Amino acid sequence: MSDMNVAMVERYRNNFLKEVEHNVEEGDWVKMCMQCGVCSGSCPLGPYWDHPPQELFMMIRAGKREEVLTSTSMWMCTSCYNCIVRCPRELPITHIMHGLAHYAKRLGLAPKEQPTFKFSQHFWNNLVKKGRVNELKLGLSLYFMNGLVEGIKTSLNMAGIGLGMLKTKRMSPMEMIGGHSVKDTKGFHAMLKKAEEIEAARVEKYGKGS
Amino acid sequence: MATKEYSFYPGCSSQEGASSSNYLVSVESMCEELDVKLNTIPDWNCCSASIGYCGGGELPRLTLSARNLALSEEHNPGQDVVATCAACWLATRETAERLGEDDDLMAETNQALAEAGLTFKNENKIRHMVEVLIDDFGYEELGKHVKKPLEGIKIAGYVGCQTNRPFGIEGESFENPKYLDKLVETLGAEPVENYEKKVSCCGGALAFSEPEKSQALIKEIIESAYDGGADMIVTPCPVCQMNVEVYQDKINAKYGTKFHIPVTYYSTLMSVAYGRSAKDSALGGQIIRAKQLEDIANK
Ligand code: SF4
Ligand code: SF4
Repeated sequence: MSDMNVAMVERYRNNFLKEVEHNVEEGDWVKMCMQCGVCSGSCPLGPYWDHPPQELFMMIRAGKREEVLTSTSMWMCTSCYNCIVRCPRELPITHIMHGLAHYAKRLGLAPKEQPTFKFSQHFWNNLVKKGRVNELKLGLSLYFMNGLVEGIKTSLNMAGIGLGMLKTKRMSPMEMIGGHSVKDTKGFHAMLKKAEEIEAARVEKYGKGS
Repeated sequence: MATKEYSFYPGCSSQEGASSSNYLVSVESMCEELDVKLNTIPDWNCCSASIGYCGGGELPRLTLSARNLALSEEHNPGQDVVATCAACWLATRETAERLGEDDDLMAETNQALAEAGLTFKNENKIRHMVEVLIDDFGYEELGKHVKKPLEGIKIAGYVGCQTNRPFGIEGESFENPKYLDKLVETLGAEPVENYEKKVSCCGGALAFSEPEKSQALIKEIIESAYDGGADMIVTPCPVCQMNVEVYQDKINAKYGTKFHIPVTYYSTLMSVAYGRSAKDSALGGQIIRAKQLEDIANK
């Protein structure tokens, strides 16, 4: 268990709803849910959610902290926004799903073998490096995210697609060497570092029980 | 009409050698014909699309889009920001709205931006290219530029998710937006009526991490286009375009289907209909070639 997780358990005891309200993106909306279930019927990958959004919101209120934060469910969100336009209470459900996923990761509780957990982290790392996504390196790191043998299998499996992309110039081997970048990487990195610091300080403050 | 100018946010997938570089080429041709000047935001960065949330917290992600907007205000003052990618548009517009509603977040964002010597004032509208076409031009005006009508082609307008929800195009419904169909008609082609999977999800970024689950969604999108008698599919979103085009062989292998349907951008259709060459319309960027469009372009 991460130190931050221990601190949060200590701080919020039996009030997981409060913890979510304080620390999860758009988390203060959760209490507005009236459990109508409309969102749960909206997810394109619905059959694969152990707990659809409505259920997650109920579990948050019931204090099922561990079950919610270790769940693979919010990692099944395709950001389709079906739920947002349908919810009678106008909850920003998509953002709450992203927020729960991020918070679970921050506390070290997220399911690390979950493929979208890995992809999302790879994507972020890739963009942070140079300010722009390098699709080739992102793709390669993705194929190899489950180890070398799996990676070679996936690469071979995907080779046809890569070839099609290469032929139509929608993929470039040059990306391996240099690749696209912002010019002001220094300012870019300083800016992100600052944003991360401010956010960490906010969470820290709640963790300490200000 | 006088030249229209916009501040342009192209996004990562449009870069040279990237997956939707062909989109950008056709957009540029289309804009030349419409006398639209796109002023690219200098030194723009990735918006983190809808998938960077594992490593990126709320504030860092908002700051990414705020940096682009701040650069736009500085270098392209007073101009609406236009994005061609649905995910870019969404992330950027959401940022502007969120920061517009929350003064604390706005202050924190600007504190971070100050490290890069920037300030975000939240002064301009953030729009998708399709909005520009429909609101600033309108179908009638768009139709006037047609030199080679796309006669005899039946096209399924696949709108997808993020160009449609949560913002969508003004005056359109979430369930059955008509703008792509109207555009197809304007260009002289025939739209598929009642295309059932018009606003269904292709899996988005999860096509990478959950390929099988996403390909099951994509299969239905393509099947329903065939059911409507479509010769090709058109979309306003680079994620939709890529997902629906490139996995067809995989889907065929798994499900025994015989899919082979071109998936183009609205800008591809427009460039061809506006009389531009196959090259200017980026027809070479089709992994599944759009032969009917090639024939018209080469006429
Ligand atoms: S649609 Fe809205 S109110 Fe209904 S269960 Fe989902 S979040 Fe709650
Ligand atoms: S945006 Fe996410 S939570 Fe909402 S309906 Fe789509 S998959 Fe479900």
